[in-house]
Formats: sequence, C-alpha cells, structure tokens
Amino acid sequence: MNFVYHVEGGDFTNAGSTSSQVKRMLKKIGVSPEIVKKTVVALYEAEVNIVAHAYRGDITVDLEEDHIKIVLADEGPGIPDIDRAMQKGYSTASQKVREMGFGAGMGLPNIKNNSDSLNITSEVGKGTTIELINYFQ
Amino acid sequence: MAEDFHHALKFKYDLCIGCSHCTGVCPTSAIHVENGHPVLDPNRCVDCGRCYVACPMNAIYIEQDDFQTVFNYKHPVLLVPSIFLAQFEEKIRERTILSALLHIGFKCVYEVEKSVDFFKEYYRRDLEGGNAPCEKPVISSFCPAIVRLIQVKFPVLVDNIYRLKAPFDMTAEYIKKSLTEQGIPAEDIGIFYVTPCAAKIAAIKSPVGEEKSPVDGVINMNYLYSKVLRVIKTGEYKMCDESVRFHRLSKASITYPLTGGETKMLRTGRNLAIDDIHNVSEFLEKVEDEDIQDIDFLELRACDGSCCGGILTAENRFLMIERQRRRMQKCSEEVDNEDNDLLNYFDYLADKRHVGKVDPRSMDKMDDNVAAAMQKMKRAFEINQNLPQVDCHLCGYPSCKALAEAVVTDKAQIQQCIFVQRAMEHYDLLTPKEAHDISAKVWGAKKTDPTIAKNLNL
Ligand SMILES: Nc1ncnc2c1ncn2[C@@H]1O[C@H](COP(=O)(O)OP(=O)(O)OP(=O)(O)O)[C@@H](O)[C@H]1O
Ligand code: SF4
Ligand code: SF4
Ligand SMILES: [Mg+2]
Repeated sequence: MNFVYHVEGGDFTNAGSTSSQVKRMLKKIGVSPEIVKKTVVALYEAEVNIVAHAYRGDITVDLEEDHIKIVLADEGPGIPDIDRAMQKGYSTASQKVREMGFGAGMGLPNIKNNSDSLNITSEVGKGTTIELINYFQ
Repeated sequence: MAEDFHHALKFKYDLCIGCSHCTGVCPTSAIHVENGHPVLDPNRCVDCGRCYVACPMNAIYIEQDDFQTVFNYKHPVLLVPSIFLAQFEEKIRERTILSALLHIGFKCVYEVEKSVDFFKEYYRRDLEGGNAPCEKPVISSFCPAIVRLIQVKFPVLVDNIYRLKAPFDMTAEYIKKSLTEQGIPAEDIGIFYVTPCAAKIAAIKSPVGEEKSPVDGVINMNYLYSKVLRVIKTGEYKMCDESVRFHRLSKASITYPLTGGETKMLRTGRNLAIDDIHNVSEFLEKVEDEDIQDIDFLELRACDGSCCGGILTAENRFLMIERQRRRMQKCSEEVDNEDNDLLNYFDYLADKRHVGKVDPRSMDKMDDNVAAAMQKMKRAFEINQNLPQVDCHLCGYPSCKALAEAVVTDKAQIQQCIFVQRAMEHYDLLTPKEAHDISAKVWGAKKTDPTIAKNLNL
C-alpha cells in the first residue's frame, strides 16, 4: 500500500501529522508497540527536519506485510556534509527554529537509532532525500 | 486475545429506549446499536462511565456485590476513599457518619488515603531529580480507566505506566497485616472497598498486572451514601464515643484525590495533571505522536474533577471538591507514625508496592494476520472515503469511519448507512421495503414502525 503526504517548510503547526497518520495505520495492522514507537520517532524527526530546514517535501509511505519503507524527498538547501550532520548535537538551526524548541541536533541521530535501514542523499541547493525502512519482526 | 476485560457497566434493556446517546459519548467507540439497543464491545470498553452519565433513562447500571456478603465475615472492615465524607453536608459531623457506618455492621473504618504518605516517599524517590522508573513521561496508574485506555487505545505507551499499586490496594494490604497481628484470624477479615466508579470495580474483579486484589468486596459509593443518610435521618444509630474517630490524615493525603493531588507531591520536574477522559485522549494522542516531549510525569484521571466526579458519587463534584479543600485546611502538614500506624509497616508494604507488566491490547488491530489486516484497512479506507462523514449514528455506529471498520470486519453491512440506502434505492438496487427492514434491524421494530407516518397525518 502506498501513500503520499505533502509537507510545507515552516509549517510547524502541522509538523508531525504524517507520523500521526502512519502511527494509526501501523496500529490497525497490528504492528507491535515497540516498532510503532520506533517508526513514529524516526518519521517525526525526519518530517520536522523538512519543516525546519527545507522549503517543501513529499513523504511516500510504502506499507508492506513485513516492513514499512518511508521516503522523504524535499526541495531545500540540502546537507553539505552528511556525516557531520549525523553527529549528535550538530545543528545549523536558526534562532527562530530554536525558539520553537527544535535545533538540539538530535534529530538525525534519533532517526538512525530508530530505523533498521537508513539512507540519506543530498544535493546542495536542490534538496535531500531520506529513505528509511523498519521491519515488523 | 487474552480473556475479556471484566466490565461493571451493564445495560438494562427494559428501560433503554434506544436513543443512542451512549454511543456518541464513548471515548473508544465501544458501543453500537443493534435491534434497537446498545451493544458493548468488551475489548474496547474501559469502564469510564461516560455512557452512564449520558443515558437519559438510567438504563445503565453498575453491578455491585450483594451487600449481605459483608456479614459473611466475622470482622468486616470498611475501606472508604476520603471523598466519601465530602458527599455529606458539613452540618453532618464525621463522628455521626462513622457511628452510622459502625451501626450498619462494620467493625472498623479506614480511609484509603492512609497510604498516601507511604506513596509520597516512593514518588519522590522514583520520580524526582530526573529519575524515572520506566519510560518518560511516567504515567500514573491510579485511575484504572486510564490504564485500560492506554492498553486499548495507546498501546505504544504501556511501558510508560508507573507500575505502582493503587492506594486502596496498599491500605488493604496494611489492614490485613495489622489486624492479623492483633490476633484476628485472616479468614475472619473481610475488606470492603467503597468505589466511586465502575473502573475500580473492574480493576478489582480483573486486576491488570496483579494476581488478586486484597479487597474482598466492593460497595458502590452512592449506595452506601444513601444507607448512611437513612441511618442518620432515622436516628437509629448509637453515637460512638470520642476516642473512636477517623484516623488523622496529612494535608497531602486529603488533596491527593483532587486533580493535581498527585503531582503536588513532587517538588521537581515537569508534571501535569489532566482530568476528563476526552482531554486525556487528546493529550495522549500527542504524546504517542512524539508531538509532546520532555514531560516527566502525568497524573491522568478519567473523570472531570478526578474521583469527586466519579459516576457513583452522590453529590455534585464542585461541592465535594470545596468540602475536601476545607477539610484539608484543618489538617496538619505531616503526620507521624503515631497518627498513621500504616507507616510502621513501611518495609512490609514496600515489598508489595509493585504491579506486573501492563500488556498492550490494541483495539485498533483489524486482524491477527498482518496481510489480512492490511487488506481490511485498505478496504475500510475506501469505504470511508465514499461515506458522507456526517457521523449521524443512523447506521448504529458512532461515526462513518466506525461503520466502515465494522463492515470490513463483518460486523455490519454497508447498507446500514442511510445515504447508501438512498443511493441504492435510486438505482433500484434496494426496494424501500428492504431499506426499511435494514434500518429496523438497527433501531428495532418500534422506532421504525411505519405507522408514524399516519400518526403525523402525512
Ligand atoms: N531536510 C534537511 N534539509 C536541509 N538540512 C537538513 C535537513 N535535515 C537536517 N539538516 C541539517 O542537519 C542538521 C542536523 O539535523 P538534526 O535533525 O540532527 O538536528 P536539528 O534539526 O538541527 O535539531 P533537532 O532535530 O534536534 O531539533 C540540521 O541542523 C540541518 O543543518
Ligand atoms: S443512552 Fe444508551 S442505554 Fe441509555 S437509553 Fe439511550 S441507547 Fe439506551
Ligand atoms: S478518576 Fe477516579 S472515579 Fe473516575 S474513573 Fe478514575 S479512579 Fe474512577
Ligand atoms: Mg531535526
């Protein structure tokens, strides 16, 4: 099953609505609470990163019997040094974003910790694509 | 799925007029209408009692143990939440109430909140200074309706539940221990807990994460209130002497049952108190979504005004809260072991304070098999997209979405939707008679009797 959700940069009031909807689906198909939680954490952080750092993005959710694959493709500034961005505490968040309580530099490390497979590609000036997979067993 | 939850809420179909008010207020969509009457899904109901409050016909009742079982014990003991006293007008003194309770047949009376000073110690050890005994936010296990709500609706949060026994259980453990030490045979002691709600009954009859409750019987609070008031009004009791009195409780113990009473015991951290099950649902949804973070402790209660708003209390909750506050003002900050003998059993109770793991039992799961569940979910989405989203209840279900899910799990047929019926009639896929019969199966023959047209001179 495939679903596509759209996310607008800067729209903090709706940040998290995709992960909420994905959560509901995972509960309906009986995925264990631990895996639902993992997936919600990873997706929530990735979704908020689009809102906080990019201009807009599409989230494609591919729900299969034994796993969920989520691709977050955004139009935005891109990440120049992915390894560095992955470090705990590294953040380029603006003051405005920090005021909203984001910008601790924990998002990407959390996404890594809560996904079974993670692949990030990025092109400076164009955008970033994050692909994550979580298995249900 | 494990054995069904025990439910204390029961419908009296002879009184029920099938108005479906109960269907609409249920926070877990556990009630639908069939043959003109509400039907409860035992795997969804959390015993919060919103339906009981909504019913205009008093057609929902809360089962209770036969009061006569009190007399099966040589030494019946009454265990009352302190708010029991707050039901009475202030001109009725505590000693009068106590005398009436003893007259009714109890050998002694204890207030549940006797164990609050014990708990305070553990709350502080477990939760202060950034500590957490489990996942954060730590969620209070006090209200059984909330524990069950988490099990069925927010299974992701089961590991956030603070696995501590409820005060009534702890005080009951203390009573059993101290009375047997005084030489009363254990089999003679019967502990009767006075409940403000259906949820506590359900928790005692089928405890979550606990083997067996030390409580031997349950008495509904409004029932006992009436019994006491009657004894007082007829004056048939003997006033007990000065030395017999309710135990002295600390300020914290008296505030404990009010909203914010639990969080008030904590001196550090971000701790929130939320009452009313719909408010709680809204908040937990966001916690589960990761939308709300960095909260340390959540005191959650199914009833507005916490237990003063319990469905079995006999007085208006705002008046009860006011009386409880006034009583609190007369109490001292701390009580010592002499005032509160329970504290002499600290180590004994400490060993007993934990309950076991709380298991998730998701109500949302559409099938035990993932592939089948996916198919059903997909089908339910498609059906729901075609429904008008009016949530009119006329299909017997609380919302269009609930009907769609009932259809794919073979509990209902899509023709129950009044809009679908009209559309099918339009294309001659259903005769008006067939449509009428489908509605009659939902609402019963009486409500759908066609003579209504004649009665209205149509
Ligand atoms: N979608 C994205 N587009 C552009 N830059 C990004 C994107 N996602 C992350 N980054 C960059 O990587 C950095 C680290 O991201 P990470 O999510 O770990 O922390 P953060 O978003 O700054 O703070 P936090 O997630 O803790 O609120 C960001 O500060 C940002 O510079
Ligand atoms: S609220 Fe429910 S139980 Fe009460 S009369 Fe209406 S349908 Fe019957
Ligand atoms: S708030 Fe109190 S009265 Fe209401 S359901 Fe919970 S425990 Fe029972
Ligand atoms: Mg981030």
